[in-house]
Amino acid sequence: MTTHDLPAPLAEIVDDFQALTEPERLQLLLEFSRELPELPDRLKDHPELLEQVVECQSPLFLTIETEKNDAGSANAVRLYFKAPPEAPTTRGFAGVLHEGLDGLSAAEILAVPDDMPELLGLTRAITPLRMRGMTAMLGRIKRKVAASVRLHS
Amino acid sequence: MSYPVEQNEKFAAYARPERLVSTEWLAAALESGAVADGKLVVVESDEDVLLYETGHIPGAVKIDWHTDLNDEVTRDYVDGAAFAALAGSKGISRDSTVVIYGDKSNWWAAYALWVFTLFGHEDVRLLDGGRDKWIAEGRALTTDASAPAQADYPVVERDDAPIRAFKEDVLAHLGNPLIDVRSPEEYTGQRTHMPAYPEEGALRGGHIPTAASIPWARAAAADGTYRSRDELEALYLGEAGLSVGDDVVAYCRIGERSSHTWFALKYLLGFDTVRNYDGSWTEWGNAVRVPIVKGAERGSVPA
Repeated sequence: MTTHDLPAPLAEIVDDFQALTEPERLQLLLEFSRELPELPDRLKDHPELLEQVVECQSPLFLTIETEKNDAGSANAVRLYFKAPPEAPTTRGFAGVLHEGLDGLSAAEILAVPDDMPELLGLTRAITPLRMRGMTAMLGRIKRKVAASVRLHS
Repeated sequence: MSYPVEQNEKFAAYARPERLVSTEWLAAALESGAVADGKLVVVESDEDVLLYETGHIPGAVKIDWHTDLNDEVTRDYVDGAAFAALAGSKGISRDSTVVIYGDKSNWWAAYALWVFTLFGHEDVRLLDGGRDKWIAEGRALTTDASAPAQADYPVVERDDAPIRAFKEDVLAHLGNPLIDVRSPEEYTGQRTHMPAYPEEGALRGGHIPTAASIPWARAAAADGTYRSRDELEALYLGEAGLSVGDDVVAYCRIGERSSHTWFALKYLLGFDTVRNYDGSWTEWGNAVRVPIVKGAERGSVPA
């Protein structure tokens, strides 16, 4: 797998990680954890609309929404995450997926390889155990996107 | 020279009060410049590998349980040379007083303390209540990188036998008290992993025959501090049925939660012989032909 298989925004993030040393990669992940956007109020007040990814070591909730685009272009999938500040690794992974996938089409998201998190070069620093949370997060997003495509087709 | 021991009523009731410090004590020690002169080294050890970077006690250094303390290849702890290099780089000398704190009621901090003890580091203490209590009390945190002066730590080989049990030791131990500190669902075999940790599973569910079920968090109060001596006695002497002088083995899934219980039994209640079985359920529940009991009953040792 190479970054050619990835949508452009995600490929750019992977390139950024790969250009760094291991300690710098952790620092970059921390920056992503800080940049994870807050939930919009309509979701904040309705936690039941989010699903928990139980594979993550810390509580992580996510949901997706589909935005209708103009006729002719594909609908955009919007991603929403919630993770506590005391779980920066989980938040960092969520931040990477948000910046890399938010606003893409369902087809683009579904084409992301399941083992994409391994490309970030964090497995040794984060440990394989903690990396599984990120893989699970991506898996959950893809399952939800696939279900939503089925619903609307 | 080790740093003076804290005196207070709660700690005085414990068998080894010198193994705990309170947040008040640590704040005062920091105020007096104890870290700056290298006598006291404060170590943060968390489950989340980035939590320290979001803010830590001023002057504290970070030790990650997995990347710093575990061998990268073999399922074992680092050797004497690697530990000496790690400790030296964190400003720790053999005679430093080390105070460890962390997230989740000191779950990982207790694990780091246990590993320090494998290397015979003499003066290593836990911050009672850990990171959460320090933050709840509004005490100082910083994101400034700590830059400890390189210290010279001798290469000391681990002495596992007194406080670490291997699978063979546990098989030989059967008939003596065991404490299973996992969740009730793991103990009964209803699930083979911890809630929310499904990847650390095992092929078989249940518990080691005769083990008493005392989930680790029951030793901690709501603020993350250890419960009082009386409360711990009710739990381990009463409910678990341990007797003074017993030879005890504690286990969980990989040995981290049981380090928290190991600390309570060894230093707070004063059991001389307490070993942590770090192979725990991820080894036992995958091992061929070891005895397992399912359900809520402790069961008996097979003839």
